[in-house]
Amino acid sequence: MTNYILRRLLYMLVVLFVVAGITFILMHAVPGGPFDREKKLPPEIQANKEKYYHLDDPLYVQFFSYLSRVTIPRITTIAPTLRTDDDYLVNLKMGDYWLKWMNFGPSYASRNRTVNDIFREQLPVSFQLGMIALTIAVVIGMPLGIMSALNHNRWPDYVGMGVAIFGVSVPTIVLGPILIWVFGVLLQWLPPTGWGAKPPFVLGLFPSSLTWDYFKYAVLPAFVLGFGSSAVIARLTRASMLQVIREDYIRTARAKGLREQMVIMRHALKNALIPVVTIVGPLFAGLVTGTFVTELVFGIPGLGKYFVTSISNRDYPVIMGTILLYAVFLVLSNLLVDIIYATLDPRIRYN
Amino acid sequence: MTALTNPLTPVADQSATNKSRSLWQEAMRRLIRNRGALTGGIIIILLVLTAIFADIIAPYTFEKQSLLNANAVPTWITRLFPSLKPYAVINEQYPIGADKLGRDLFSRIIYGTRVSLAVAFIGPVISLIIGVIYGSISGFFGGRVDNIMMRVVDVLYAFPGLLFIILLMAFFRTTFAQPDEGTFAYYLGQLDSKFGGLLFIMIGIGLTGWETQARLTRGQVLSVREKEYIEAARSIGATNGRIMFRHILPNILGPLIVLETLSIPGYIYTEAFLSFIGLGVNPPTPSWGSMISDGSRALRSYPNQALFPALALAATMFAFNFLGDGLRDALEPRLRGTQE
Repeated sequence: MTNYILRRLLYMLVVLFVVAGITFILMHAVPGGPFDREKKLPPEIQANKEKYYHLDDPLYVQFFSYLSRVTIPRITTIAPTLRTDDDYLVNLKMGDYWLKWMNFGPSYASRNRTVNDIFREQLPVSFQLGMIALTIAVVIGMPLGIMSALNHNRWPDYVGMGVAIFGVSVPTIVLGPILIWVFGVLLQWLPPTGWGAKPPFVLGLFPSSLTWDYFKYAVLPAFVLGFGSSAVIARLTRASMLQVIREDYIRTARAKGLREQMVIMRHALKNALIPVVTIVGPLFAGLVTGTFVTELVFGIPGLGKYFVTSISNRDYPVIMGTILLYAVFLVLSNLLVDIIYATLDPRIRYN
Repeated sequence: MTALTNPLTPVADQSATNKSRSLWQEAMRRLIRNRGALTGGIIIILLVLTAIFADIIAPYTFEKQSLLNANAVPTWITRLFPSLKPYAVINEQYPIGADKLGRDLFSRIIYGTRVSLAVAFIGPVISLIIGVIYGSISGFFGGRVDNIMMRVVDVLYAFPGLLFIILLMAFFRTTFAQPDEGTFAYYLGQLDSKFGGLLFIMIGIGLTGWETQARLTRGQVLSVREKEYIEAARSIGATNGRIMFRHILPNILGPLIVLETLSIPGYIYTEAFLSFIGLGVNPPTPSWGSMISDGSRALRSYPNQALFPALALAATMFAFNFLGDGLRDALEPRLRGTQE
């Protein structure tokens, strides 16, 4: 198992390297540079700015120096400063030395901010949104799927699967504006846009208070985001439950006189949920990119907010950082799912 | 849903067409008996007709502006949304109102079907061609070729698709905007603007959507490859190409079609989303996504401007989802109720 995880982690690095490479090539293939404005800068100033950000180096030098700044930890005697080229995500003090790791570079568009600043302030918002949405997806999806399976081909089944097909057919950009209009404009129960937590965040990720003032901002976007995924969970739970319920051991459990509730909870559900775990990987991927859409629709200050503008600004470090961050999330969640799957189902062995 | 379990299957009908029913005819019969799929299919046919005859159905062209009638609404809309009454310009000539430039919303929705349906039909063709060729080469040759080709697919899976497509669109938009006349890029750019910006959207969707298709094809080819009839074909001297196209492909077509139909709503949504954030079709070409985006900005004052294109988009995605589900049940009755 350890061997397997190590091999997967190594492979993950290769994948991320390729993702970084393709993104780098594509982003530099887009014509224009970060300092092209409507009003042309004098060529000396333009050249100076490019020199300052090392944009005059050959592309492969830029690429590998970026990678080394992000991946290779540095050990220096200099304490962290406030300079934009000295902003590391990890700063550890070891005696007289500082260990600094992961510098995603400055943002070209906003002079005093770095990509790490964006990660510190915007990423937690996206993370919170994704987590609340995942909870909603599971809380709606699983009971719906179980209910449908237990009443196979009767009306609760049809209702459940109707809701599920509704969930996959009504996308964020449709459901979002409609819900904003109903609850935000017409009834004025919930704020139509914005987010209820500001930095600093607890442990760098969590909001400092979990009151209604926080959740009232999260209800609509998290529901819109989670609803689509809940449909996927419901369908899979139903299918898997239907299969399990026909197994011999369920018949045995019933034959020995167990209460129906016990049969379902203890024997059927436990086995039916194993395949559902596999979907959490792709689902998480969907949620991660889904937060991006939801943030745009609801005007939430998360990671997605800067991505589209960073492309039109040719803000290379922001583009690279955001795509790499999303990619890390994707590969890590896939790995995690494989590991959970292996521990849940002992029949599966990796070698 | 009820094709096989329905006890009401007429006995006479079965005996009449007893032996001569092929797999596809059987599937077709099951599909038509599925009410959801049938409804979806009918809606799609109606949408196709709407797209073809948009010039006849739409009362205005999609670009005709009338600034005097900006944001105009007919009376029944003010009854539906009473908050509009104090300030709205009333004009009965627009069935569901006009947008902020005084363009008829109804006509724009009608013309918008063209964009969504073009993506719905051409997106799958692109991803099917790339995915099937890639997957079948990988599965057919196996061994090291297979290993390398599937690693490439794994890498593509790690890409955050939507972000990648946005980057790709930015690349297409700027590279092919104003290149020198006579170059290949120039003609591609011209072709794209002829299609109102659709060409690059389809290329983008095709380039990012084929991995799942390739994986499925490979798996199917791997399982069919070892069958006796392939061995039989090989023993009478059939070439690789002949085995591939005559013996393997027809036998794996079912799952491929099902997967492709079920991914159509995703393609439609991608286009709508790209247009929503302004990287999709070029204005004034109407896309439901860009209409929803414009409408959401006026959500407080004119909710009708976002509502109707949103409904059109949702209805179309519903139709394709229902049809896809029905196709899966019809083509793969074994899978019914056992898979997601």
